[in-house]
Amino acid sequence: MVLVSLACFAFKEIIGYKVIAFILLVTVSFVAMFYRIVPTLLAAVLSALIWNFFFIKPYYTFHIGNTEDQFMFFMYFVIALINAVLTFKIRQIERIANEKESKLQSIKLYNTLLDSLSHELKTPIAAIIGSTDALQSNAIMTESQKEKLLEEISIASLRLNNQVENLLNMSRLESGVIVPKMDWVDVNEIVYEVIRALKIKSYSQKIIVTVPQSLPLFKLDYGLTEHVIYNLLNNAIIYTPQKSTINIDLSFTEDTLQIIILDEGNGFPEDEIALVFDKFYRLKNSRPGGSGLGLSIVKGFVEAQNGTVSLENRVEGGAKFVVKIKTEVSKFNPTENE
Amino acid sequence: MNKCRILVIDDESQIRKLLEITLSTNDFEVKLAENGLERIRFAATYQPDLIMLDLGLPDVDGQKVLQQLREWYSNPIMILSVKNEESEIVKALDNGANDYLIKPFRTQELLARVRSHMRNHIKEASEPIISSSNFSIDLIARIAKVNNEEVKLTQTEFNLLAILAKNEGKVLTHQYLLKEIWGKSYSDQTQYLRVFVAQLRKKIEKDANHPEMILTESGIGYRFILT
Repeated sequence: MVLVSLACFAFKEIIGYKVIAFILLVTVSFVAMFYRIVPTLLAAVLSALIWNFFFIKPYYTFHIGNTEDQFMFFMYFVIALINAVLTFKIRQIERIANEKESKLQSIKLYNTLLDSLSHELKTPIAAIIGSTDALQSNAIMTESQKEKLLEEISIASLRLNNQVENLLNMSRLESGVIVPKMDWVDVNEIVYEVIRALKIKSYSQKIIVTVPQSLPLFKLDYGLTEHVIYNLLNNAIIYTPQKSTINIDLSFTEDTLQIIILDEGNGFPEDEIALVFDKFYRLKNSRPGGSGLGLSIVKGFVEAQNGTVSLENRVEGGAKFVVKIKTEVSKFNPTENE
Repeated sequence: MNKCRILVIDDESQIRKLLEITLSTNDFEVKLAENGLERIRFAATYQPDLIMLDLGLPDVDGQKVLQQLREWYSNPIMILSVKNEESEIVKALDNGANDYLIKPFRTQELLARVRSHMRNHIKEASEPIISSSNFSIDLIARIAKVNNEEVKLTQTEFNLLAILAKNEGKVLTHQYLLKEIWGKSYSDQTQYLRVFVAQLRKKIEKDANHPEMILTESGIGYRFILT
């Protein structure tokens, strides 16, 4: 306000005090766009006084000489006030509309999450209840029909267990109770442990592990790292074609462990890559069965160890996940002394 | 031959029922206990060959029950727990548990573990030679053989293998192994253990990446299995 007034003061002989009135009014409007109601009204009053004091003859008094100027000053005062109030009101309405919009958005998001989550939990429960009901009823069933129902119960309970496990891990992450227990681990051992654990999924893909000749020990949290590798390999198994190849490559520098997982699936839609690590995010055309939590847990567990995880599509097709964790590396070999 | 007796201590009736059916149909004699005092008294009079103890009991601390049992009970104790908190499990193993299973567990796994503990307990008359069809270790002569061929082991490698083999089927924690082999001041030097286990596997396992004898217990320790 003051700056604009000063500028006007310098040119008052050239542009004339009536134009200056308009310039000041515009300034008040600008103030109204960026500040709250009190400063805006203050600016309106101040501008009127400044106009009067500096620009209306006689200069440097609040006294106004002729009637026309008196009238103009009064009009100026009213217009400045109305201007201020109106601009402010428009802003307020806009803000309320925005808030409503974003609240609606988040309710919508929440509902989608709840929908997919309750679907993922209730489907296996329905399978278990339905199958046990059928088995308990006196309907005549062949042995193979009974076996099929039992198989359904078994699959459903494993699926349920998986979902609950994911939810528990997510809430552990969210509540911040995860304190990584960094200790020396053999990452090669973890990778093969995960592959062993995945055996019950009877997958058909080929997993190829590439490890440098002398992989040193790294200071990591065993459980968290195991989970990260498990979730990434598990995803690859679920979402890539039968009998394709999944590569897991371990490499290291003097202070960083790098785990790369490559698959031969369809990769990820480019516009969704940035979102896949978000909690509950599921690809737009993904098949049912996932919770949308696996990759966000990966990200959380990697970041809990001060690492990073990234995803890109491979030129030759398929996805490439890169996990990098900067940590202590030990190449020590105690047997050399024996 | 008398049936092996198992005492199940769990406050969840569903789990008790499940274990009773699973174990009794597999030729074990099963007794159940649920509340605080009952379980200790029962253990004393029933003299089971194995106790399955749930850590998450409502009225008392499972770790306390474990400690009290261990004051006089020397047969295997298997922990059942829903907590996959590594620290709780390590604590239970330190308090004298032989093994642990995380709920939900698979029945086959449960039975395999119980049988292995029973077997070990019966032959525990400290034989100097522990052997299976393709592996043997002579604790006195300090010789280990795979497929009847002697395996050259360093002092420390042999000590590690011996302690694992002597405790076949039992989960040994990292700290326990470090303390027993390298001494108390080494109990947090996990890198020793990692390196030696990797080396030992290369020497005695068919495929060191897919070990069948020295098994990893995620974040907790190792377990030796005779194949």
